[in-house]
Amino acid sequence: MASETTQPGFWARVQRASVERLHIRLESLVVLLALSTAMAVLSPYFLSLSNFLNILLATSTIGVLAIAATFVIGSGGLDLSLGSVMGLAGVAGAYVAVNLGWPSVFAVIACILAGAIAGYINGQLVTRAFVPAFIVTLGMLGLARGLALVISQGRAIYGLPPEIVYIGQGRPLGIPMPVIIFVLTAIVAHAVLAYTRFGRHTLALGDSEGAARAAGIRVEHHRRIIYTLSGALAGLAGLLFTARVNAGDPTAGINYELTAITAAIIGGTNLFGGRASILGTMIGALIMGVLQNGLTLLAVQSYYQQMAIGAVLILAVFIDQYQVRKESRV
Amino acid sequence: MTLLSLHGIRKSFGAVDVLHGVDLSVAAGEVVGLVGDNGAGKSTLMKTITGIYRADTGSIEFDGKDILALDPGQRRQLGIEMIYQDLSLAKQQDVASNIFLGREPTKRLFGLLPGFVDKSEMDRQAAKMIERLGAHLPSINRSVGSFSGGQQQTVAIARALTFNPKLVIMDEPTAALAVREVQSVLDLIRRLKSEGIAVILISHRLNDVLSVTDRIVVLRHGRADADLVTARTNMNEVVSRIVGGGDIAAAAAHEQRG
Repeated sequence: MASETTQPGFWARVQRASVERLHIRLESLVVLLALSTAMAVLSPYFLSLSNFLNILLATSTIGVLAIAATFVIGSGGLDLSLGSVMGLAGVAGAYVAVNLGWPSVFAVIACILAGAIAGYINGQLVTRAFVPAFIVTLGMLGLARGLALVISQGRAIYGLPPEIVYIGQGRPLGIPMPVIIFVLTAIVAHAVLAYTRFGRHTLALGDSEGAARAAGIRVEHHRRIIYTLSGALAGLAGLLFTARVNAGDPTAGINYELTAITAAIIGGTNLFGGRASILGTMIGALIMGVLQNGLTLLAVQSYYQQMAIGAVLILAVFIDQYQVRKESRV
Repeated sequence: MTLLSLHGIRKSFGAVDVLHGVDLSVAAGEVVGLVGDNGAGKSTLMKTITGIYRADTGSIEFDGKDILALDPGQRRQLGIEMIYQDLSLAKQQDVASNIFLGREPTKRLFGLLPGFVDKSEMDRQAAKMIERLGAHLPSINRSVGSFSGGQQQTVAIARALTFNPKLVIMDEPTAALAVREVQSVLDLIRRLKSEGIAVILISHRLNDVLSVTDRIVVLRHGRADADLVTARTNMNEVVSRIVGGGDIAAAAAHEQRG
């Protein structure tokens, strides 16, 4: 057949190399560059170091959530509770630091532990109670948000100790602390997903649960770890956000799961699992960050920004599925 | 020497009893055919051997060890491999990832951090294994889902053979293959036998089973109904055992036509 002997075109080869070597979908990088160029042309304030750091700072919380979303979706799961768990974790940390007056280190632990516990419960329910992940995490979205409001009695908790505030507002070497924590988390997460057995098993699990089980991977155990990890990362995002705004806000993170999942999908994560990369997700998160930053610089109301994110999510899944269908026809 | 022995294996799914006390034994280097009508419990029985299903009652000994309590990963380590009818491949992953899934070799990153998968070692060994099987794949870095059925089968076989198994279970390995590919699978089974590896072959193609096995076990209504020595049996007897007496001549005629 002719199609078997013809060499794939240059673009197709670069695309394949990019996916195989760097775990990045080339299209997302092109979109990021095009979007940045457009913003630079439209706004004189866009191209500056301080605005670049602003974008990274604004992306840090969403970026950490997007890492969590990448692991969960890559494993064939779904976590809709990311934003709510992030809000709960921030309130838990602020409660420990302010209301209980415990040392800051306990507040940090409380944030991450609260997230991990919520994620652990998600994992237990998904793997033992056989409730679909969509329903479990949608339920947790309500549960965690409600609990955050109960703990804080519906009001933001102010008066965090300076050590916590430093995590959100400190700038060693001029770089915001949340950006440093976010980038370090992304590097570790990328190494884990792309180069360790845990990461490979995660993707195999999302690809074919039957194959993973036949290969001797403890499927349910692995899923529980992933949901717990997802919750812990949401807890970290809650810590970053709370420290940055200097308050434990029970309404923090509303709709953040939408942006986080969008970032993961734009970055090339297969919505149904089996393919995912943190590097790709970081590009997706930056696209969301640039989009929001640019629209803000252009003085577009935040209501329209919300609409833009929703539209981008649907568009990203459409393009992904279009490509999958096209490939499977060949 | 008995390699695998099952005694009184029972398995039910809710109200449905699939296996009613199966006895089966396989010697080292022996090729045993497992035949039976649809729903006789062949695949279920094999999955209780690999550990995907846990038998309700009964005992399973492998290489003189009780393996009933072991999970699929531990049983693979002891040398039980299975090539599944649906192949059970992770289709978005490449060849080496599938062959080494669950058993990836690791190295230290920068000589320090342990636990990193040694992908170049995996690729090298995968290429060697594919070559040993005399197969040809477009590229071992492509996702397995982009391969043809026969090529995917090659990957599944390579996965089963890479870690020096003692027993290989094949569930309908020839069902989806072209004639030439069927011959190479049968040759492979003979080669495994000559290397002292035991094989359990599940197949509806009785000609294949008769040509390559030492023994044929007929599973019927969840029991091992007959245990025939291949050299002393024939198509008619096997077919009549599968359908359970009755209209033997018609069934045998049908089988020979089909």
